[in-house]
Amino acid sequence: MSILVGRHTRLVVQGITGREGGFHAAAMLEYGTLVVAGVTPGKGGQTALDGRVPVFDSVHRAVAETGADTSCIFVPAAGAPDAVMEAVDAGIRTIFCITEGIPALDMVPVVQAIRDAGARLIGPNCPGATSPGQAKVGIIPGSVHREGRVGVVSRSGTLTYEAVQAMTDAGIGQSTCVGIGGDPIIGTTFSDILALFAEDAETDALVLIGEIGGDAEEQAAGWAAEHLADIPKVAFIAGRTAPEGKRMGHAGAIISGASGTAQSKVDALEAAGFRVAGSPTELPTLLRDAGYAG
Amino acid sequence: MKIQEADAKSLLLAQGLPVPGWEVARTATEARAAAERALAAGAEQVVIKAQVLVGGRGKAGGVKLASSADEAEAVAGRILGMDIKDITVRKVLVAAAADIVKEYYLSAVLDRSARRILLMGSAEGGVEIEQVAVATPEAITYQHADPYLGLLDHQARRLAFAMDLGPHWKAGVAIAKGLVRTMQAHDADLVEINPLAVVREGGAGSGDGSGERLVCLDAKVTLDDSALARHPELEALRDPDEEDPTDQLAREAGISFIKLDGTIGCMVNGAGLAMTTMDLVKRAGGEPANFLDIGGGARADKVAAAMRLILADPKVDAILVNIFGGITRGDEVARGLIEARSLQERDVPMVVRIVGTNFEEAARLLQEAAFETAGSLDEAAAKAVAASGGAAA
Repeated sequence: MSILVGRHTRLVVQGITGREGGFHAAAMLEYGTLVVAGVTPGKGGQTALDGRVPVFDSVHRAVAETGADTSCIFVPAAGAPDAVMEAVDAGIRTIFCITEGIPALDMVPVVQAIRDAGARLIGPNCPGATSPGQAKVGIIPGSVHREGRVGVVSRSGTLTYEAVQAMTDAGIGQSTCVGIGGDPIIGTTFSDILALFAEDAETDALVLIGEIGGDAEEQAAGWAAEHLADIPKVAFIAGRTAPEGKRMGHAGAIISGASGTAQSKVDALEAAGFRVAGSPTELPTLLRDAGYAG
Repeated sequence: MKIQEADAKSLLLAQGLPVPGWEVARTATEARAAAERALAAGAEQVVIKAQVLVGGRGKAGGVKLASSADEAEAVAGRILGMDIKDITVRKVLVAAAADIVKEYYLSAVLDRSARRILLMGSAEGGVEIEQVAVATPEAITYQHADPYLGLLDHQARRLAFAMDLGPHWKAGVAIAKGLVRTMQAHDADLVEINPLAVVREGGAGSGDGSGERLVCLDAKVTLDDSALARHPELEALRDPDEEDPTDQLAREAGISFIKLDGTIGCMVNGAGLAMTTMDLVKRAGGEPANFLDIGGGARADKVAAAMRLILADPKVDAILVNIFGGITRGDEVARGLIEARSLQERDVPMVVRIVGTNFEEAARLLQEAAFETAGSLDEAAAKAVAASGGAAA
């Protein structure tokens, strides 16, 4: 079945006439995603991507006209929180926010509103999700994937591509790859995604790619130990050499005192039955060692 | 972005919080004058505090008391110019020494797990909260602010009562709400008062017992870098004394750069991959010289700027370039590298790995220009370590 995105996904791209939005909407369409609408206020009635996608002034309009059920947001940081609120208000229940650099406090009420509405926000500052062979939403290059039965969840962008490429090269395909985003305040956590994979009949093994900062990996490890004891699980944690107190690119990647260290995450994951790789290239071998035969 | 104690206190004062007066001095003479004013106003002693953006000032000898103007000048003279965790002290804060009755701890932080503002309070003030959390976790009280409405009165009251503020609970409520307002007004990640203290006013030994007050004796504020664009006034609080010239260059070029102690310069696209590249250099037996993320969609000029940043560190004796093209086009990076190498003054061995978008064209360009290339990430790290003479040192 895959999770979050699939053949059934009807996607609206918010910010489709911008440089990033346009470029990636075209790549999504080319991958086979049903990109049914774009939204840019003031450009309603026009079309995008060489006439292939209608543009609307509002998400409400796009939903009414096209039945869009998933949104992908490329709106600049200043307008992105409002874009998320617009999507949820229009009835969209799966929202990917690719935008980077949103002030963290702006996301506090937005994330609460998403929860209150029973919707799901992935990101912000995330690369999106791909269900290989079905659909991709976001910016992960389609070329790294292969259809298969391993679920991948990551906080990173290019590191995810690296890990997925290594799997694909080794003949191990993916059910869905999800990037949850590198910001401190994000809508969907590792544990949330693991819970979705746990319910997915087409996911037989898991790869978790974490990094320093916060304790989302430790929490996910706890959840997995309880609910995913019998499934092959491997992980990679970036930032073993990162110094304390410095933000390593991602707003959320910072070790504060003794909390958020790579070692703490590796220990928690190993205690929960994950095999933790020393390099992304080892992930395929570790999956096999963990008993994954797909 | 971290800001100095004196600037943090100004932000609190602007929100109406009780912060005893202070002055900032850049020379021992200025410190003497500030001390004279404080002593003339009735203070028995003054406190002189190094203004540096690192913790542990007290332990390092950067916080001292003085009882006279002469002593203040001498103490300030010793603190100014001292190095605290590699940062040279260039200014000191001078204030009347408080007559402390009891110390507390109060802070507002962004709680990533709960995705709300979290207030932490404790009657164990004046020591690092991390230590309290380990030694006596029950001594810390936690209270989340409402995600829509901020810290509500009843929430602040629960916090104040749990902190055992006694007759000062109303002041505690006002201060707790003020911390959250400060956080929201300036997009701070952290606002910390340690110690928050009950002090006797009117000078020590006045002994009338009536003049007790709850005040913020120290202040630490960290600002959200992502929000600085909408607070141009806060940019002025960036301390040029503590910003390395390369940090400034990186910031202006839009490159995420953190200098480390090793010998292998790293240029990578994406934060997670940049950290991974550092980790693999270490694993291969080398030491990374830096974290560097050129960001998505970087073009030739950014690649050249990144190269300058890396080569500005004289310890760098090998460079590892690792690009996984998505938004970033491999051929653009390759062209940037070729151009940068033709301009660079110092010849340092370089290992380049470019995969993803337009990698074929990148490979062709790099081969023509006789660059050392690598296929896998592990191979690239091993080659860079082999090329670095300082790896074993």
